[in-house]
Order: sequence, then C-alpha cells, then structure tokens
Amino acid sequence: MTIVEIGLPKRLVELTLDGESVRVPEGATILDACTAKGKSIPTLCYGDTLRPANACRVCMVEVEGSRTLVPSCSRKVEPGMVVRTDSERTTHSRKLVLELLGSATDLSTTPHVDEWMSACGADPSRFGPPAPPSTDRDDRRPGEHEEPDGQTAATVRQPTKVDNPLYVRDLGKCIMCYKCVDACGDQWQNTFAISVAGRGFDSRISTEFSTPLPESACVYCGNCIEVCPTGALSFKREHDKREDGTWDEEAQTQTTTICTFCGVGCNLTLHVQDNEIVKVTSPHESTVTHGNLCIKGRFGWQHVQNR
Amino acid sequence: MDLKLLDVEPSEAERVVVDLFTGMGRDQLLPALHAVNDRVGWISQGALNHICRVLHIPPAEAYGVASFYSLFSLTERPAKVVHVCVDLACQVNGAKSLCDRLTSELGPAGAKSGWLRSPCLGVCEKAPVALAFEAGEVAAEQLLAPTTAEEVIAVAAAGPSHVDGERAEVPQAGSPGLRLLQRVGVVDPESLDDYRATGGYSALRTALLLGPSGVIREVTDAKLMGRGGAAFPTGRKWDAAARQPVRPHYLVCNADESEPGTFKDRLLMEGDPYAVIESMTIAGFAAGCSRGYLYLRGEYPRALHLLRNAIARAKERNFLGENIMGHEGFSFEIEIRRGAGAYICGEETATFNSIEGFRGEPRSKPPFPVESGLFGKPTVVNNVETLVNVPVILTEGCEAYTRIGTSGSAGPKLFCLSGNVSRPGVYEVPFGTTLGELLDLAGGVPPGRELRAVLLGGAAGGFVRPDELDLPLTMEDARAANTTLGSGVVLVLDDTADLGSFLLRIAAFFRDESCGQCVPCRIGTVRQEEAMHRLVGKRPLSTSAEDLQLLREVGQVMRDSSICGLGQTAWNAIESALDRLGYAEEAAS
Repeated sequence: MTIVEIGLPKRLVELTLDGESVRVPEGATILDACTAKGKSIPTLCYGDTLRPANACRVCMVEVEGSRTLVPSCSRKVEPGMVVRTDSERTTHSRKLVLELLGSATDLSTTPHVDEWMSACGADPSRFGPPAPPSTDRDDRRPGEHEEPDGQTAATVRQPTKVDNPLYVRDLGKCIMCYKCVDACGDQWQNTFAISVAGRGFDSRISTEFSTPLPESACVYCGNCIEVCPTGALSFKREHDKREDGTWDEEAQTQTTTICTFCGVGCNLTLHVQDNEIVKVTSPHESTVTHGNLCIKGRFGWQHVQNR
Repeated sequence: MDLKLLDVEPSEAERVVVDLFTGMGRDQLLPALHAVNDRVGWISQGALNHICRVLHIPPAEAYGVASFYSLFSLTERPAKVVHVCVDLACQVNGAKSLCDRLTSELGPAGAKSGWLRSPCLGVCEKAPVALAFEAGEVAAEQLLAPTTAEEVIAVAAAGPSHVDGERAEVPQAGSPGLRLLQRVGVVDPESLDDYRATGGYSALRTALLLGPSGVIREVTDAKLMGRGGAAFPTGRKWDAAARQPVRPHYLVCNADESEPGTFKDRLLMEGDPYAVIESMTIAGFAAGCSRGYLYLRGEYPRALHLLRNAIARAKERNFLGENIMGHEGFSFEIEIRRGAGAYICGEETATFNSIEGFRGEPRSKPPFPVESGLFGKPTVVNNVETLVNVPVILTEGCEAYTRIGTSGSAGPKLFCLSGNVSRPGVYEVPFGTTLGELLDLAGGVPPGRELRAVLLGGAAGGFVRPDELDLPLTMEDARAANTTLGSGVVLVLDDTADLGSFLLRIAAFFRDESCGQCVPCRIGTVRQEEAMHRLVGKRPLSTSAEDLQLLREVGQVMRDSSICGLGQTAWNAIESALDRLGYAEEAAS
C-alpha cells in the first residue's frame, strides 16, 4: 500500500490574475495559480520534480508594488496580490529573454520554443550573425574575455562531447538552467558528477577539470538527461537516430511497466519505434521514481531485443 | 555520499597546507583554495583533489567554486604575478598606454607573461595602480600605486618586496570636525592603545549599558541608512534580525568593496581597523549575533594584515571573545573571510554562498537575509562605512547625529574622488554638500582643463553634467534628480577623457563580473558590450539608431528581470551617458 501524505488542510489565498479573482491553496506559486486558471506561462528551468532554480527568467510576471518583475515559478502567492502576465513589461521581458537565449544557444531541439518566440515576435537574429563555434570554452578564465568587435553575436556553440557509449553532451544547446546539476546533486541522485563551472557568459556545465565522463563520478543514471529542457544532454541512441534522420517521435509508442532488475519496483516507460526500444524514461508522477532511474533501468534493455 | 576522486596526488607543499583543514567543513573551501594559491600560486588537480578528500566535497563542485574566482588559476602559472588595474579611474590615468608597454615588453597579458589585467583594485586615488602577488611559504604582496610600466616590469621579474608601508590617501587627514575619518592617517592603525586613547571602545561601553534594544533605538532614531548603495535603514534591519527566534544569528560585514571607483572602505580598514572591529561588535550585540564574518575582498592585502592584527589585539584585551568587557553573557567572535576576485560576492546573498563554500551566486529573495541568511540563519549584513557610523551615533547621541546632514539623509558621508581631479582621495562631508563644493574641496579638474562629466555611484551609477554641480549630495536629491550616490563614487572626467572608451570599459566590466546565473544578465551584458562596440566604433549592424534601440531593449530586460542588483544596474551608467550626456546623438551622428 502506498502511503500518501495529505498534510494539513490548506487555507485558500485570493489574488487577482490579469484582472480576474483567483483562489489557490496557500503555498502555491503564481505559476500554479496560472495553471489553475488555464493560463499557459512558458518555462524552461522550471522542473516539476525539482526546486525552482530561478535562472532562465522566461516565466517572469508583473506583481503590483514590486520594483522588478518576479519569477512566477517560485514566487508564492500572497493574499491580495495583483499579478499581470500579459502587461507590456512582461511581454517585453519574455521576448527579450527568448531572443537573448536564441541568439546565443542552439534551440532547435527545445520543445515549444518556436511557438513562444512567434507569439511574442522574438527575432534572435537582430543581435547580428552568430559567431563561429569555439573550442576553448572549457578553459576560459573568469573576469577576462577577448574584446568583441560587435560584428557577430557571441554564442556558446562548441563541438559536441561524445566520450562514452550512453550520453551525448551538445553544450551548444545548453541554456544553463541548472536542472541537470540539481538532479545529479542533492535533489535526487547525490552523485555530484557535474557542476556549474566558470563565470558569466563563460560558465558551463562541467566535471572537475572537464575530465571525460568515464573518469568522473558519473554513474550513468540518465537523470540529468531526463530533466534537460533543450536536448543539450541526450541519450546516445536518440542522438544517433536524430543525426541519421530516423528518430520519429510520432511513430513511437509508450508503454509503462515495472523494472525487473531489483525489488524497488521502479516504473519504466518504454519508448518503442519500429518494434524496437529506443529510449526508457520513468513517469514523473511515479511515487517510486519521481522520474528518476538507475543505469540498469535506464539502459539495461538491449537484451530484450536480441533476436 | 561516496566521493570519486581523480587519480592525481598533491605535491608535498600542497598536501601540507591542505592537511591543516582536516576535520573542517564545506565552509572552509574558499580558505583552503586560498591556502594552496598562496603557497604555490595556482590550484592543480592534485591539490583540488586533496582539498576534496579533506573537506569531503565532490570534486566537480569544488572545481565549480574554484573556477568562479579570478584570483585563482586552475592552470599552472608562475609564483609571481602582477595584476594591473584597467578599470575606470586607472583608464582615465593612463592604464591603457601602460598595458601597451607591458604587452610589447612582457608579452600579452596572461599567466606566462607574469601580468594580468584586473578590474578595479580600489586604489583609485593613486591611479594607475597594480598589485603584485608572490606565492611561497610566506606569501607576499605589494601594491604599486601609482605605478609605471618600468616598475611593473621590475616587480614582475623580482617579485613583491613586502607589503607596502604607505599610508592611504586622505587629503583631509587631521582636520578638525572629522568623524568617520578622525583617526585615519593620524593614529597608528596597529595600536589598540592609540585607538583607545582617541575614544576607541567607549561606544561599545555605551552600547553595553544601553542594552541591545537601546542600541537599536539609537541607531533607528539616528536614521542611519546603509552606505553600500542600497540605503536601507540600518535600525530596521537590526530590529528585524533581533526579533527572529531562531538561533544563532550572524553578522556579516560587507568589505567586498569592488564597485569601480570605490575605495572608502579600504581607507577605513587600513586607517582605523579597530573602529571596524568595535562597530561590528556593537552590531553583533544589538542584533543578537554570536559570530561575525568580515568578508574582505581578496585584493586588499594591507587591510587584511591590519584587521587580523586588530582582531588578535582586541581578543587579548577581552574586546572580543567571551563576556566582552566583563558583560556577562555577551560573547562575540569575528572571522575574516577573504574573497578571491568576484565583484558579485558583494551582493549580500552571494556573500553568504561564498562564505559557505559555494559559488558566489546571488540567491532569490524572498526570503530576506534577516530571516534566512548565512547558513540559513537570521543574518545582518552591513557595509563597512555604515558600521563605522554606529560609534559616532552612540558617542554623540542620535539627536546630535541627525543634526548632521539633511532631514532625509542624516550624518556624515564619505565620497571617493578620482579620475581627472587635482586632489583625489576620500572626503568626509555632511550629506547635503553640493557636488560642486565637493569638487572644489578636491581642487577641481587639473588646471587648463574643463569638466566634461561626473560619474556618480560607480559603474552601477550614473553620469551627471557640468551644469548639475548644484546637486545636493543626499539620497533624496539624488533620487529626485534621477541619479544615485551609490557607494559614494565621484569619478571626474575632463575634456581630455575618452568617453567612448570609458563606456566600453563599463560594458566590459559587467560582462566579466556577471555570475552567469540568469539569462538577462549573462547574455544581456554580452549583447550590451557588443552593441556599444558598434556604437563607439561607428560600425553599426544597419544603423546606429537600431543599435541604440537594441541597447535600450536589452537594458530594460536586464533591469526588469535579472535576479540581483548587478544585472538590474548594468545598464544604468550607459543609459545615463546616452541620454544625460547626449552620447546617443553624438554616436548616431
């Protein structure tokens, strides 16, 4: 029997959201209130299984009386709060944040970002043509940078890291949302194989001294990939199939089952394309895994399709 | 948590210094990194590995922390290195030609050539300046101020001789009527007896008699406001922390003075270190703190030595420690934490992360520090100058104190004059003195030149024009005039100054110092710098008008949506140059 913590009954808090009155339980975030009202707020660094990192600033909304905009994913509602998700300031902020991200990062595999960009008229190309990829991003020193001439827009484009048979790290797609670091660290896995290194525009997700993953503390649980919102981290299998054009999400079925390796009973969702398992995930709402798995559940399925 | 370490061992020297941290916790990471850097000049894989083993920290995290700070190097470099300031005040005073000479004689800045470009070293009154470090069994530093290319080349080869003995520059030193600067340049900063002979520790005695709530009442009634830039009422902050039932409470003295053009806190710490220690003790008593951290920027070696000495002497005489001055039950300790080259660590929540051994990234507020600050406990953070006002208030009484200055801004204020000014230095004047009077005090621009502009408040502040010299320097007048006093920077530019290069340096500064946590600041500061290069170099993408529009839009998103004050103010000075100084028209023509 699963024991479900129901907690104490929660008081309802009343606030105004885009002119409408809303009542949500105490402790809810502005984002929760928006979701309850059926308003869609774009998010990137927010993760349903993680604590808010407040880093991407895509979900900013206007709260009356606040000097700056506030992140809706983490700001808790207060009685009488007056929130605007569609004001000129909010729209400007969202557009610029998306433009800045798009101008520096490859967002080609980020779900929904195209819709969000066209909804607010974002045009990342207006900062100039993207600078060519660089190979020195792992060695940049904090507090110094090469003087730009302004004729190209600096980017995080760089060669893809493939140093093991299971993961691919395409950090030219990384928006520094901190989710992989949080999943690897104290929020779930407690492995601490990766961290944010460097500073400012030169900050990056890295192992110690940028050592290859096989020499790092990585245990290949894949939980970082599970939470990555942009495809910067991906499973090798998925990456290869995307590269050769055979990745077809529409043709895939998803079947949830239970892992057979040990007695924990993790839920597995098998993504099957052409009668072949191409990826394994776990439902985020599973009370056993909260979306997390270990290397065996995540990658130990090749034997199923040995024919 | 099991640690997986790299298969690399430290050298003997590295092992010895790291082993001293055995049994300690995560918050000793920054001190341990400093210990290695001081000993060998850089942090090798073996040394970092050993730090991780001793302090039980995952190597990836320790690497993330070490690579955050610009004073550390994670690649091999010589023991001797000279940091040459290229920031605002030094730029106005010839830093560029100095660096050009160094580039041609020593090679491009970098570990190999023995010199590096540095953001503001906080010695703007003697610009151009450089700071030399040499690692070794006894690490040495030497401030070269003012310096020349010949001197930098000589010191880069021979290493620093010793900590410089020169006194800081206080043109008013010894003048009657000074309060904050009364001892600076007058008494021996090493001597506790000198300090006591000039009224030192009488304020703490008064505080112990008044009791914590009495002290808070005095400070509140004195209308003391924070002098670090945000001008928050100090009494309210102390009161909010004192009321928190959770224990312990912490005090943090923010001595990470890194705003370009600011050097007042360094002068206070070097000239009157005991006053800083006494003020912290009073603040700790009022807010119920048992421990105070003095977070000192890593580029202030002289202040470090003098403060260490002051803490040791104060401890010997029971001005720190248990039952201070015989007051049963009041115990207070002060620990100095050295920063390592990161402007952002002056943001209060970034300071907490830095002290705790994490990357110096600001936290999201709320919760505010008075509820949940250092180590998650109620914390009071005050700037050095703010604290040094407290003994003045307790000695003279809050009524006398509020008679100094104006009704909205009470008390004396320190201003840091630098740039194209005849007598640069720190000046103490009452709030309400006009900008023109202050410039006169410092002798105005050099003879034969004309005033072009004044940068108030530093890189995060704003420019004012020569026709605005009647501006009274108060919080309320600055606000009404849509500018800021910030940390008290008054950086003067005359008609010889190259405003375009000056603005490019401001843009480069923010790009370098952004922590990288949030998108508006991390990428916005890069786009701002790129657009400024197009504007100043007159090489627009299509038209300068479009680049100006782009700058305004990027500026707006940084101001609206950045996590902390760094990103929120990264556009202020440039915006004021465009609009207030008319640089927008100049650039578009």
